Amino acid sequence: MKKNIILCGVGGQGTVLASRLIATAAMRKGLPIRTAETIGMAQRGGSVFSHIRIGEGVSSPLIAKGEADLIIGFEPGETVRMLPYLRQGGAVVVSRAPVMPVSAMIGKSAYCAEDMVQYLRDNTENLTVVDGSRAAEELGSTKILNVLLLGAAVKSGELGLDREDVEEAIRDRVPDRFVDMNLKALRMEVKE
Amino acid sequence: MHKEFLMGNEAIALGALAAGVNLVSGYPGTPSTEVLETVARRNPGNVYVEWSVNEKAGMEVAAGAAYSGARTLVTMKQVGLNVASDPLMSLEYIGIKGGMVVLVADDPGPISSQTEQDTRTFGAYSKVPVFDPSSVGEAYEMIQEAFDFSEKYGTPVFFRPTTRIDHGYEAVEVKEPEDYRQTVPEGFIKDPARWVIFPRLAVKNHALIEERNARLCDTLSDYPRNTITPAEDPGSRKGIATQGISYMYTKDTKAAAEAWILRIATPFPFPEKLALEFLEGLDEVLCVEELDPVIERALIYVCGKYGKKVKITGKLTGHMPSSGENTREIVAEAVGRFIGQNRSGQAAGEGTAGQTPAAADEPTEATSLPEPPAAAADEPTEATSLPEPPALPVRPPVLCAGCPHRASFYIIKQAMKGEKTIYAGDIGCYTLGNAAPLDMCDTCLCMGAGIGIAQGVGRVEPDTRCFAFVGDSTFFASGITGTVNAMYNQADMTLVVLDNSTTAMTGHQPHPGTGRSAMGQAAGRVSIEAVLRGIGLTTVEVLDPLDFAGSVEAVGKIARQPGVKAIIFRSPCVAMTRPKGRAAVDPGTCTGCRKCIRELGCPGLILDEDGKRAKIDSSQCTGCTLCEQICPAGAISGGRKNDTCGEGR
Repeated sequence: MKKNIILCGVGGQGTVLASRLIATAAMRKGLPIRTAETIGMAQRGGSVFSHIRIGEGVSSPLIAKGEADLIIGFEPGETVRMLPYLRQGGAVVVSRAPVMPVSAMIGKSAYCAEDMVQYLRDNTENLTVVDGSRAAEELGSTKILNVLLLGAAVKSGELGLDREDVEEAIRDRVPDRFVDMNLKALRMEVKE
Repeated sequence: MHKEFLMGNEAIALGALAAGVNLVSGYPGTPSTEVLETVARRNPGNVYVEWSVNEKAGMEVAAGAAYSGARTLVTMKQVGLNVASDPLMSLEYIGIKGGMVVLVADDPGPISSQTEQDTRTFGAYSKVPVFDPSSVGEAYEMIQEAFDFSEKYGTPVFFRPTTRIDHGYEAVEVKEPEDYRQTVPEGFIKDPARWVIFPRLAVKNHALIEERNARLCDTLSDYPRNTITPAEDPGSRKGIATQGISYMYTKDTKAAAEAWILRIATPFPFPEKLALEFLEGLDEVLCVEELDPVIERALIYVCGKYGKKVKITGKLTGHMPSSGENTREIVAEAVGRFIGQNRSGQAAGEGTAGQTPAAADEPTEATSLPEPPAAAADEPTEATSLPEPPALPVRPPVLCAGCPHRASFYIIKQAMKGEKTIYAGDIGCYTLGNAAPLDMCDTCLCMGAGIGIAQGVGRVEPDTRCFAFVGDSTFFASGITGTVNAMYNQADMTLVVLDNSTTAMTGHQPHPGTGRSAMGQAAGRVSIEAVLRGIGLTTVEVLDPLDFAGSVEAVGKIARQPGVKAIIFRSPCVAMTRPKGRAAVDPGTCTGCRKCIRELGCPGLILDEDGKRAKIDSSQCTGCTLCEQICPAGAISGGRKNDTCGEGR
């Protein structure tokens, strides 16, 4: 098996932990894995991404344009930004909730998240739009978006990992007191 | 041995521990920081680890220990090497006894740096051998080899990963702590003829270094990580010379298999014998490297030296971009063009074969190159490309919600309204004060430079109120000299120390003001105000940036005094504290004037669902209360910041 997965969002949304969960799950299955992360200045509210490459015959940690099997988007605009990386027929899982940039709030730039979701609908074949708000309310935490998206990614069939694999990774990586909440989040139906 | 999923910097740290390192020093800087942090975290107990006050101090501490036979590692980013270059240049002449590795993380892009300088070039300049890893797993092994090499030849060596190695992750097979090499330092042995750099010793050692490096060109040709990979068709007359992560991008490009591949792991001293072997039978070589054209120049030199007739192409000939980071697409396209240029019907690199060809996305790279390739015409540009997306969100990095720097900047802006001012910024989170709507960073050059720049502007424009902003860690690292200069030369300026009690931008490392060490223990504590008073400043005021009205008044008075004055805005970084209460807007009272949003630019301030009134994003608010204090309608309340630092200060 060979899978190229991109995670993208805004600094502070939890993309790095999600990337670690996927990597842990792949490692437990004995699959070779390489990842690349955004770390540093861009983390302060900037666009961030993780490239995850699972399987044999991979040398570099970066995915080329048109090569990603799956994009897990934590934010609609950031997902559109990364869409050129998706291969034809690849899957996209995206959270519909935007993170408004300061530049847009003070009128220095424009941003309409609805247009982004529509663009994704028009230009992808395997799209899951996730509404995390109800789940977050039910679970009493807004920090759970990454696992909700992972749950939807498992269902997309392009993650290359089963739900059980991700569950094991959660037990491995997440502090004990949050494990149950994360496992519950992984199973939730969040497709809008 | 066991397998771990490691960040490159973690792998490098574990490699250093396996090599029996005794002392690790350094100054934080992206992308190098996690190396020292990992050594501190995974310390088997017998390694001394320190965050030095700056890279120069770190270099000197590591050198002294290496004089004494210890294995030492000093870590920094590429611009940090500039600070440490003074001791390093001389150290190469003196040499060391214990293995000493100078880890300098280069940052092509640059992703979070001021420059795209290349430590391989610095290697040639300083005559210090350079090791250049290509992957996380290799970095773990290579740093161990670098220690052995350093000790064998009595010279410090550079180990220079780039961002994609530092912050890439891989599963790596690593040694158990009980299998780490045990280094027992011999101790310092007095010998002025060896350790004291008089001109006579310098000229003698210079000759020895040149001799050694010439010899190493041969020796390193046999280093197993400098490799030649034959082309699929061994009769191929094309070659690709590459290094670092670009070697991996090349390997991931199918078309590259049609060329001979030279991988250079030690760019200095350059493995000449191996390069000659590679050039044998080739007509043409493409150099695929990041930052400076180091391999390209070396190959041109080898061709000239040995009278080889091989065409060497790369950055200097416009076949590769002269700046910026390489990507899979850039490499695939360049290699595709190189392999396919004399044939028709040959598609370019595989990286361009997807639904969006790189050519469509990277028009500047594709069109700025000379010799338009025959192969480019065959790239699948039609049909599969995506339509133009709607306007994408613009996301420059911003100060966090509730960041005390925002309050400090806003206070000074209000206090100086209507005055002619210059706000000289510096390196740290507070550089982000440049963004709208604050616009409070007029210059930024390098660590500590703002203090001198404010003085220089003041000399030319005496009617300008000159401010220099510097963070607490940056003040200790590079700000003190400039302050002494201002005092001695009777400058007229206000020094503003933005003290958030940590080195925030690089991930919250301790520094001399925090009273904690890299190893998490209590450490000596240096008081910024005592330093300033010791320099001779009589006006040194500590203000609370979260007291808006009080601080505006104080700043107005202080800044209008003559001479050198200092304000210390002290409030802990929001990432190290937990708010006691988050603010909320009373929709009945909010008039929708949007002053809070327009003037503060806090990511926690958004518009409500109707787009009329301000609203607080409670997941972001840290309770700083700045918006509450400036709201003309008094519509915001409830914020309460916990003012004690999470780290125990």
